[in-house]
Amino acid sequence: MEMEKPARRRDTDDRRHEGITSEVEGFNERGRRAVQDRELHDAVALATEKFVTGRNAVLNALPDAPELRERAYRIKQETIANLDRYLEQMADAVEKRGGNVFFARDGEDVVRYVGELARRRGAKMIAKSKSMATEEIELNRRLEEDYADLGLEIVETDLGEWIAQLAGDHPSHIIGPILHMNRHQVADVLSGVAGEKLPPNVEQLTRFARGRMRQKFLTADIGMTGANFGVAETGTVVTVTNEGNGRLVTSVPPVHVVVMGIEKLIPKFSDLSVFVQLLARSGTGQKITVYTNFITGPRGDGELDGAEEMHLILLDNGRSELLGTEFEEALYCIRCGACLNVCPVYRQTGGHAYGSTYSGPIGAVITPLLKGDEEAKDLPHASSLCGACTEACPVGIPLHDLLLKLRNRQVEKGLASKAQEIAFKGFESTMKSPALYKISSKAGRLAQKPLMQDGSVRPVPGPLSGWTGSRDLPPLAKKSFRELWKEGI
Amino acid sequence: MRVALFIPCYVDLINPEVGVSMVRVLRRLGVDLVYPEGQTCCGQPAFNSGFFDQARAIARHFFDVFEKERFDYVVCPSGSCATMVSHYYPFIFEGMPETHRSEALGHRVREFSDFLVNVMGVKNLGARHEGRAVFHCGCHQRRELGVLEEPRELLRSVEGLELVDWENEELCCGFGGTFAVKMPDVSTAMADEKIEALAKSGADTLVSGDSSCLMHLSGRLKRTGHDTHVYHLAQILDSGNGRIG
Repeated sequence: MEMEKPARRRDTDDRRHEGITSEVEGFNERGRRAVQDRELHDAVALATEKFVTGRNAVLNALPDAPELRERAYRIKQETIANLDRYLEQMADAVEKRGGNVFFARDGEDVVRYVGELARRRGAKMIAKSKSMATEEIELNRRLEEDYADLGLEIVETDLGEWIAQLAGDHPSHIIGPILHMNRHQVADVLSGVAGEKLPPNVEQLTRFARGRMRQKFLTADIGMTGANFGVAETGTVVTVTNEGNGRLVTSVPPVHVVVMGIEKLIPKFSDLSVFVQLLARSGTGQKITVYTNFITGPRGDGELDGAEEMHLILLDNGRSELLGTEFEEALYCIRCGACLNVCPVYRQTGGHAYGSTYSGPIGAVITPLLKGDEEAKDLPHASSLCGACTEACPVGIPLHDLLLKLRNRQVEKGLASKAQEIAFKGFESTMKSPALYKISSKAGRLAQKPLMQDGSVRPVPGPLSGWTGSRDLPPLAKKSFRELWKEGI
Repeated sequence: MRVALFIPCYVDLINPEVGVSMVRVLRRLGVDLVYPEGQTCCGQPAFNSGFFDQARAIARHFFDVFEKERFDYVVCPSGSCATMVSHYYPFIFEGMPETHRSEALGHRVREFSDFLVNVMGVKNLGARHEGRAVFHCGCHQRRELGVLEEPRELLRSVEGLELVDWENEELCCGFGGTFAVKMPDVSTAMADEKIEALAKSGADTLVSGDSSCLMHLSGRLKRTGHDTHVYHLAQILDSGNGRIG
């Protein structure tokens, strides 16, 4: 009988449950702990403000930014509406250029494909550049566990990702994985690797990291990247980076593996003029990132650069179930992080409170969509619905409206608490009946009398304690507006 | 000009003085007012919590009450409740028989400052109020209605009032309806950040067009021992002759 480890077990009835790697219940508790951490707050506020200030400056300097946003939305709308056709086109184009294409239904498929590839190549080391898709399926841990016999060393080469990996931590931001850490914390982590005390000096820390990293690039057997865009027309994989590690892992090792979410497609090469202009501006606040790589297939005859072997893995992992639904727009996301940077909730809690690979508003939207409502009940509520996310989104995803629809979907599925169901039924009856409304308000006035203290309602246990625990509650007025109106204003 | 007053439930029950001030200001401009008597709440708490069916039932009651009256506009002293009717009623009735009703009413709903500046063409109401104030624009008013400059223009023409800038003024105050009760710690941390910015600005007065944001911020200000004056825009515009609205 074949024995399987838990990580490899698959649920054939509903593989969506494999979904995104996350432990998504309990945002409230994690958020509560996060807001007490002043260091975390300051690190997050500092980094996101820097991104937002940069973003505003470069977008304001771009007169056609609103038009670009509109075009980006239209292109994504068209792509997602015809995704099957574009995926086929992409796969054909990559294969024509000598690349291999694999459609992965979920993380399990990716783990097996990469594991077997590593076995065939006799690989010992995989050097990765930043990829949220591989974070989402916890590729590193699963490869190490499931293919333990290969003794693989998997190294993150994006500076932030590497530090997170060393710290045993997960990225807390789509584009700034260790945005939650300050330089002192980073120095502590790197000192552990160096075996000596490194000063909290950014330049010196980076120099140390670069020295270590260089050996990895040169000895890696497989280079692995994500993709910012996949151009269906040409089969080109586009990566947008700042550190140069992405270029090294795609050109030095003999094998290049790309793991790309199926929603990253765009139809034509010329569409890049829209998206490349928007991505860096919206994310880091740069006009363009330091490196923009266009990789079309493996090294061709007579070409100097590129891997001998190239594999494009197109990852579904629940995405295709959103096609044709009212949540389809969530697939337009280009993972720029702008919605995280402007979110006042993210600002207070940082990314880890969300308990998912994807944090902030887009994380609160796609985690329940890809993983299931039951397993991400808190997340659609982790928002004051201020709409800053929707305003910032460079492709026009109505994020806060999607959060509302997700809240509604929970109610329709019977996932809301009984207490809430009763409360809102009562609320409906009261608000539909002016007579009941008047009686309730009079009853409220009587009930609050014994609770008055210095002009506020004294903190009381029960449903209002969520408010009165930290804020004074104003009492109901002696006379309502409607009474004053009747008496004559 | 005939206006139907839409007085949100918490203004009716907790801050009726805000409604009274709005009435006085509108009357001074010669606006003919009607108060549709059966009005209760717009249903936003149910809507924001995902209870769309309950919100729809309350919205139908709202239609019944307001459709009985004759008016040119519905005016509301809350950007958030105005948004519920103008934007989110059409949202919850999309593709349903009530679409037409929601759109017909939604087009005529105006937030108070929007009505004053853009419909009545008034910026100076001859109000007088001493103080150094910051203005907090509610998020619905800022992003859904896009009524950002109007309240400031009105406040700038108030004699004796100095309107000052404050840091990160676009950040939400953390109220968010039921969010404030469901996630009290994060919500309170958001309020604290606003209060920090308020203190840094040197203002002694906080003004907003939304009593709900003010209830949240003043609740936290009081709890943390601040004595900042907190007013709704309508109260400031109604002040003068030593009286605050």
